[in-house]
Amino acid sequence: MDKRSILTLVAAGLVSLTAAVLVARAIPTSAAEAFEAAPETSQPLSDASEAVAQNAAEPASQPAKALSPAAERGAYLVKIMGCNDCHTPWKMGPQGPEPDMSRMLSGHPQDLQIAAGPKQEGSWAWSASVTNTAFAGPWGVSFTMNLTPDPETGLGKWTADTFLQAIRTGRHEGRGRPILPPMPYPMYRNATDDDLHAVFAYLQTLPPIKNRVPQPIDLPEAQ
Amino acid sequence: MIRAKQMILGVVATVAAAGAAASRAPGLATHAASAQAGAPATSVASGDAPAAPHLLSQTGLYGSDGSIGPRNLPFAPQYPLWSDGAAKSRWIQLPEGTAIDVSNIDVWRFPVGTKFWKEFAWGGRKVETRMIWKAGGRAWVFATYVWNEDQSDAAHAPEAGIMNVAEIAPGKRHSIPGTGDCLACHGGSPAVVLGFTALQLSDDRDPLAPHADPLAPGMATLRSLAEAGRLDPPREDLVSRPPRIRANDPVERAAIGYLSANCGGCHNGAGPLAHVGLDLLHDAAGGRGAPEHALRTAVGARGRYIVPGTSPDSSRIVAPGAPERSAIVQRMRSRRPSSQMPPLGTVIVDDEAVELVSRWVAGMRAPAADGGVTAQGMP
Repeated sequence: MDKRSILTLVAAGLVSLTAAVLVARAIPTSAAEAFEAAPETSQPLSDASEAVAQNAAEPASQPAKALSPAAERGAYLVKIMGCNDCHTPWKMGPQGPEPDMSRMLSGHPQDLQIAAGPKQEGSWAWSASVTNTAFAGPWGVSFTMNLTPDPETGLGKWTADTFLQAIRTGRHEGRGRPILPPMPYPMYRNATDDDLHAVFAYLQTLPPIKNRVPQPIDLPEAQ
Repeated sequence: MIRAKQMILGVVATVAAAGAAASRAPGLATHAASAQAGAPATSVASGDAPAAPHLLSQTGLYGSDGSIGPRNLPFAPQYPLWSDGAAKSRWIQLPEGTAIDVSNIDVWRFPVGTKFWKEFAWGGRKVETRMIWKAGGRAWVFATYVWNEDQSDAAHAPEAGIMNVAEIAPGKRHSIPGTGDCLACHGGSPAVVLGFTALQLSDDRDPLAPHADPLAPGMATLRSLAEAGRLDPPREDLVSRPPRIRANDPVERAAIGYLSANCGGCHNGAGPLAHVGLDLLHDAAGGRGAPEHALRTAVGARGRYIVPGTSPDSSRIVAPGAPERSAIVQRMRSRRPSSQMPPLGTVIVDDEAVELVSRWVAGMRAPAADGGVTAQGMP
């Protein structure tokens, strides 16, 4: 099987919108120590999906402001499409892992440096960082993008068309490198133009966060 | 091997004018670019563009006897796109009595009805023939046709393309591009058509251009088009002073030409990636006096891509004197999915071009102090 087929299969088949939640639920207590803000590593993990729902509904850092009808629909879509599962870094909260909404949708934190992913053995094909923003697998290591409208490190200079073409084509900015797993663009590409434009309209209303996400890490040429 | 069931599918990729704002149905393969200078590709609902014919033999490329139709002019761009070593043949069909509007030397406007074809062959076997058809005032149709086993005809490929249709080197297979792949390059430049430009058809050909096909009798060039009255206005200057990249030396000229043709479709100052700030597209109008954009925006410039094994402080898009720290060279040399450039349309490194561009970079004088953009190589 060739490389591109593997990427497509992984993206389409292995990853669901709830994958991040499942990953979080599966983190053993010892791994939870890696969470920066972990107050009690022995504390049992709670229902992470509830944490997502609660926090995504009311991001602490986002001031209340009137949204356009399109952006309002976009906010709803972002909530139900699981964007925060991977594009918002997770931390250990009082009830277990939860997205850090002070860094809402700002992607993999630039200060969490990763040189290479762990070796996958046995039945394991891929793995995620403690923040659920970096993923290692047969594609190398991928990092979730900064979706906030910061002009230098986020989507501040993107147009709605760039965003739409990226989702449709599965290519960075609609014409560059492949968008890597586990981004579920094979599902999202079936959304209507209106829905994708709504998502983009909402993302452009987010507080811009300066966070330069690292470039993906390829597997070595020899592999 | 090409399977028949893959070939009966066909979805036209259309590029139509921007403007309609209606939502389109999921999966519908209509896309838009604009032939207007500076207008980026966009996506619209379009019911106006016609469908491409199902068979290549129905497109007008061939005459009744199966040979290339007499109205179709062959041409050979002086800086060809690298296509993994394919033998490529190209033709243009201009409607009778029409001329190309070349009032903007860098963004030619073609008469409605103009068609372009490009045939790709490896090892003497035709694999695909792509067609670009200006079907309406602002509507372009993109289609590609996959050749059958007995090489008698080719059928319209599906919207998603076809993976791995033909082995072109040991362990390497060619894939038919999907709609999005066509638009990735052709929707990224205001000109839409990339290989039929003033620079590409200049009679002042670059002898160091990698993989260039020699001009054959009957091929369209600026001179032949002008003599046939196919350029409007006639632009005598395109014949008396044919476009040529101004450079310090022949290697630099060829390197800039190669980068313009292979990278400038996306990396230019007018398309959707203009915000990246890397402009490798030769500007025939500006090229008559101003420094090449490539020298201005790439040499010494810090890029977002950090060359593996270097630091953000030392990595450059083009690091004068240091190909090993130059992202352009290292990404041309890679065929890993996140690193390779171009990011699509090729699975084999263009060794000749890597050597050419490396030589260009290695020969540049390193700046005295590491720092900002320092354009080298221009008088």
